[in-house]
Amino acid sequence: MSELRHLINITDLSVEEIDHLIEVADDIIENPEAYQEICRHKKLATLFFEPSTRTRLSFTAAMMDLGGNVLGFDQAASSSASKGESVSDTVTMVSGYADIIAMRHPKEGAPFVAARRATVPIINGGDGGHFHPTQTLTDLMTIHRKKGEFKNLTIGLCGDLKFGRTVHSLIEAMIRYENIRFIMISPEELDLPEYIKETLDNAGIEWKEVRRLEDAIPELDVLYMTRVQRERFFNEEDYIRLKDSFVLHRRMLDTAKEDMIVMHPLPRVNEISVDVDDDPRAAYFFQALMGKYIRMALILFLLGMK
Amino acid sequence: MNIDGVNTGLVLDHIKAGEGWAIYNLLGLDKVDCTVAIIQRVQSGKYGKKDIIKIDGDVDIDLDILGYFDDKITVNMIRDRVLFKKVHLKLPETITGVLECRNPRCITSVEQEIVHQFKLSDPETKKYRCVYCDTVYKEKN
Repeated sequence: MSELRHLINITDLSVEEIDHLIEVADDIIENPEAYQEICRHKKLATLFFEPSTRTRLSFTAAMMDLGGNVLGFDQAASSSASKGESVSDTVTMVSGYADIIAMRHPKEGAPFVAARRATVPIINGGDGGHFHPTQTLTDLMTIHRKKGEFKNLTIGLCGDLKFGRTVHSLIEAMIRYENIRFIMISPEELDLPEYIKETLDNAGIEWKEVRRLEDAIPELDVLYMTRVQRERFFNEEDYIRLKDSFVLHRRMLDTAKEDMIVMHPLPRVNEISVDVDDDPRAAYFFQALMGKYIRMALILFLLGMK
Repeated sequence: MNIDGVNTGLVLDHIKAGEGWAIYNLLGLDKVDCTVAIIQRVQSGKYGKKDIIKIDGDVDIDLDILGYFDDKITVNMIRDRVLFKKVHLKLPETITGVLECRNPRCITSVEQEIVHQFKLSDPETKKYRCVYCDTVYKEKN
């Protein structure tokens, strides 16, 4: 029997394994019929201790497109966690009902605790502000489909770089590839944390910070937008002063490269104007679709089927 | 001042001067059933002044905890009045069940039965991270 694997952090996967997942996801896109019964009689449990729309639905759609079944809950109130059951006990029990588990939990480290006890693979679908590896796989799949390869890219990360876990994971994943540059675009209050800057410096990655989105756009191959949240600011004045510096409008793309892509983990609120949606460079809904394919590949990989 | 040698037991040497009592408490030496001596501010060629703890008895001490507290301490293991092993401490790779994660968003903050565990992430700065949430351990927040 092969070794039980989990996905807690994106660094649990080697570059080769990520390449493999992308290759399988590509094949799924090309030949969906070949996969539509592959997980027949297999069950995915989605244990969502906090609400989620995209992540849970994409896991569900992924397993359904593989011909498998899905069971689970979508908030802690409808699970035995509301009665005080521990994560370990919940996953030990669910391990008997499902072949693989995707879980989201508001507390950091909960999927790691689950993985220590589970007898089936655990996929971290987000643990608080900590890790969200399947979002990173989604981002990588999107960049792969749109840009072809993971090298010679200038990536702009815009918005909340301090608390944005998707940004941190994407940096961790991308610095393993050749000739990647980053431009950090954020208000000073939401700068990248020092430890991530150290990670970039230690990896010898070229990066810089700018305070205005317009200043970075002409250089970018990928623009990754995130939401600037009002509650992150100490005073309302700073928020009002800064919020519009980080909203992307269609006219701002006039100086962008023709083949630049605009990404966003969604949900967006105001940070990308709807007038960008029809621009061919808008890739965020495409990105959500890629999330399903890469999760299909991940499920097959962790089940030892591909 | 004369303190008897150890027959079978341990001599913790090169303790930073003034830290002897803290080590005594850390290792729970008040609870052991044997002779324990703390010798404070001994002249040392290496460090100027140092503390020494002598334990005359067969006790188990957690070298990982001791290494975390002060990796300069030397542990001399004595058997029948003869030094049979000298251990130079180092920072442990993991520390289990001693330090507590103070991140209120960590799973350990809500599930009391999870054993707190930290792993060494940077030996130069003695930085330990919680294995669950990756938060850096701080002595006092």
